[in-house]
Amino acid sequence: MINLTINGKSHPFGGDPEMPLLWALRDELDLKGTKFGCGIGTCGACTVHVDGEPKRACVTKVSDAAEGSITTVEGISTDGSHPVQQAWIELDVPQCGYCQGGQIMSACSLLEKKPQPTDADIDSAMNGVLCRCGTYPRIRAAIHHAAKAMQASK
Amino acid sequence: MTKTDPNRRSFLRLTALAGGGLMLGLYSKAKAQAPNRPARAPLAPSDFVTIASNGKVTIAACNPDVGQGVLTSLPMIVAEELDVDWKDVQIVRSGVGRKFGSQLTGGSTATPSNWEPLRRVGASARALLVSAAAQTWNVPVEECSTASGRVHHKASQRSLGYGELASKAASLPLPDASSLTLKDPKDYKIIGKSTIGVENLDIVTGKPIFGIDLALPGMLHAVFHKTPVMGGKVASANLDEVKAMKGVKHVFVIEGRPMPSTYPNYLFQDPGLETGIAIVADSWWAAQSARRKLVVEWEPGQWGTQDSAANVAKAEELSKLPPARNLRSEGDVEAAFAQSGAKVVEGAYHFPFIAHATMEPQTCTAHFKDGKAEIWSATQFPQPGLRAIAGLMSIPEENVTINMVRGGGGFGRRAYNDVMCEAVWISKAVGAPVKLVWTREDDIQHDYYRCGGFQYLKGAIDPNGKLIAWRDHFVGYGEGEAFAHDGGFSPSEFPAGFVPNFAVHSSVMPLGLKTGALRAPYSNSAAWVIQSFLDELAHAAGKDPVQFRLELLERTPSPSPQARGRGMDPARMRRAIELVAEKSGWGKRQLPKGTALGAAFHYSHGGYIAEVAEVTVAANKKVKVNKVWVVGDVGSHIVNPSGAENQVQGSVVDGLSELIQEITLREGRVVQTNYHNHPMLRMAQAPPIDVQFLASPNTPSGLGEPALPPILPAVCNAIFAVTGERIRTLPMTKQGFSFA
Ligand code: FES
Ligand code: FES
Repeated sequence: MINLTINGKSHPFGGDPEMPLLWALRDELDLKGTKFGCGIGTCGACTVHVDGEPKRACVTKVSDAAEGSITTVEGISTDGSHPVQQAWIELDVPQCGYCQGGQIMSACSLLEKKPQPTDADIDSAMNGVLCRCGTYPRIRAAIHHAAKAMQASK
Repeated sequence: MTKTDPNRRSFLRLTALAGGGLMLGLYSKAKAQAPNRPARAPLAPSDFVTIASNGKVTIAACNPDVGQGVLTSLPMIVAEELDVDWKDVQIVRSGVGRKFGSQLTGGSTATPSNWEPLRRVGASARALLVSAAAQTWNVPVEECSTASGRVHHKASQRSLGYGELASKAASLPLPDASSLTLKDPKDYKIIGKSTIGVENLDIVTGKPIFGIDLALPGMLHAVFHKTPVMGGKVASANLDEVKAMKGVKHVFVIEGRPMPSTYPNYLFQDPGLETGIAIVADSWWAAQSARRKLVVEWEPGQWGTQDSAANVAKAEELSKLPPARNLRSEGDVEAAFAQSGAKVVEGAYHFPFIAHATMEPQTCTAHFKDGKAEIWSATQFPQPGLRAIAGLMSIPEENVTINMVRGGGGFGRRAYNDVMCEAVWISKAVGAPVKLVWTREDDIQHDYYRCGGFQYLKGAIDPNGKLIAWRDHFVGYGEGEAFAHDGGFSPSEFPAGFVPNFAVHSSVMPLGLKTGALRAPYSNSAAWVIQSFLDELAHAAGKDPVQFRLELLERTPSPSPQARGRGMDPARMRRAIELVAEKSGWGKRQLPKGTALGAAFHYSHGGYIAEVAEVTVAANKKVKVNKVWVVGDVGSHIVNPSGAENQVQGSVVDGLSELIQEITLREGRVVQTNYHNHPMLRMAQAPPIDVQFLASPNTPSGLGEPALPPILPAVCNAIFAVTGERIRTLPMTKQGFSFA
């Protein structure tokens, strides 16, 4: 039996250790905020944090995540109060919204490392996360917006 | 108790709710039916308003939302005329059925077709509440006013909340249509104010609101391994070996049922069911893992030798033969080409097939039980889906229930209910609720693709630099007079009517691939070809490309009724072009070496859109789009400016992606598989996009599509301005260009 630490809680996992973390989260642990987009690590819809680092859950085996501390979009805040989520709501970023969990996870990890990111920082941190609806201009604005809010609350 | 007023073309239905509320729906009567057309839904309500006795206002949205924002913008229209505060409104999704009328999401129709009716729904409800208050106080209706969900009587300083009045209002006669007064737009409090999406909070907190998130008790998970060639069959497969794998419950072949007809428009009515192998397991991962062990020998059938390179060669051949059909002819193009002093320009354009690749792959959850099908789907076309299922399963339409769920992108893909047919079929076969989830590979290889095509153009400029002749030989796919679905060309497309000698011809070749509507269907290729070739002609004329376009639009269009480029009003377009030129500093700014502007416009879906792109091209043909300016005239009001801007920016990003995408066929199979070989624009490649709207006294039109088409030619025209190289084949990578 593998033990997964997700959003600060421990979850016993009795399934196939080869299963990608994505499907373990979605179908075994009922955390559906992590999305399936490509299954080969090219779209970023499945981005989670493992020990604070962004990881593609579709190409990360459960056994490889067993040691780490996993955060999903549900772990950022369940009420949308995190400044990044707030910026996403206020600036009305989503269109279909399907990619936005992955966008938010990538943005959170960028802001963790660079609290005041430049546009170039945003380009390189966010380049792996596709938005088919083309909300990139708003994602960029929302990251700057969240950075300011986080700075102000310090 | 229900009341209707049958004396109008559209009518309202008022229902008293248990507990003292009211519910109001708007219906329009069935239009007279053409004898040979299938029966239409008899009623077309656009929305429902419910006011509970505690004052809670609920507005039901009837149109599917796949990211275009109608879940927010349509109820905004009702709430405005009802005169309630947006924060007090709750939005719910309606069901699906004939009684809900047309529920399609497509063609950028939601705003124009609902603008008038939804305002009337809101105003009717408001009128009922005002009457109820006036009767309660025994004062004339004219002395009452409304604000924020309350009726006020100023003189006596009394007021009552809508909730307190709802029960009485429900007992009153419906207001007469002619007595309704709609708000003066200057009093709008909701329409025209940026309003955030009603599901934003659920989206950013990862709530399970998408089709793929569905979970039912006892639900099994399915994958469906389909024939790689349209119409193929299974010759043999190692089903037993796959069945023995862990977690796998059922493995079986579904024999395909051919579509009723191959060309065109077959898809909305019946998407068909392709042959394939269903693998059903206790988890999706188990099903997909088992699929990897599947070994199938296919009988590819008649389309097994189809090849993209051969199609290109065939088009080239057809272009040299006399065209099969003349679609339009005015003046004498040949004489104009031969005119002395005429400058003749020729260009052969080729655009590829492309896939929708919605971010959420196709998925559907279905439960077939006791002759009834219940379905959870993000379909854009729920009612054709309902009919398709009734037909496929041979059950009455009343036995099909569709629950609308949020879709992770549509772009036209979810107009086709193939995944719904598959899910229901599989559920019936295994006798359990089933969630079918396609892989990205399934999604890219089994699409209803934007159809590819070829256009062979020839134009002539007279010695004064005036465009005097235009000939277009469109070589596409189809059979006889029929083009492949959404793969044709309109003979009244601009510049039809604006050029004295004008001809459009077509020829077709067969195609064994499903094609369909992709965001701004037809326009997304037509605008690229026409606005690129216009640019070629402007340069040949030695004129500024914007000036050349404006001069062309100054002409009085030829008088024939359909002459004016698909009904386009040139004055509206000129205003958009002039403003975008001004905003972008066209002809006014000193640009660094290697950087230039390109312009284009296109009229579609009722929208007049002009765009300018500033582009830098490096020596290695790396293209960087620095900035894009969009000016759109979509009528008198922008219902939700935030959503509108998002749609326009998304359209531009989407159009940029189309410059680098293609689907090709080898041995009848689609070659591309996933986002690495059918790419999407990425963050670092997305330019800032400036969006301006020009108001005009016209009914508001939709914005899901029209801002897409002009961006492709605008960028290609800028690339030409920098490099002198004309992009006549897409994707632009074919000519060595790529995004930096
Ligand atoms: S689903 Fe994991 S990167 Fe696309
Ligand atoms: S919002 Fe639809 S994919 Fe990003």
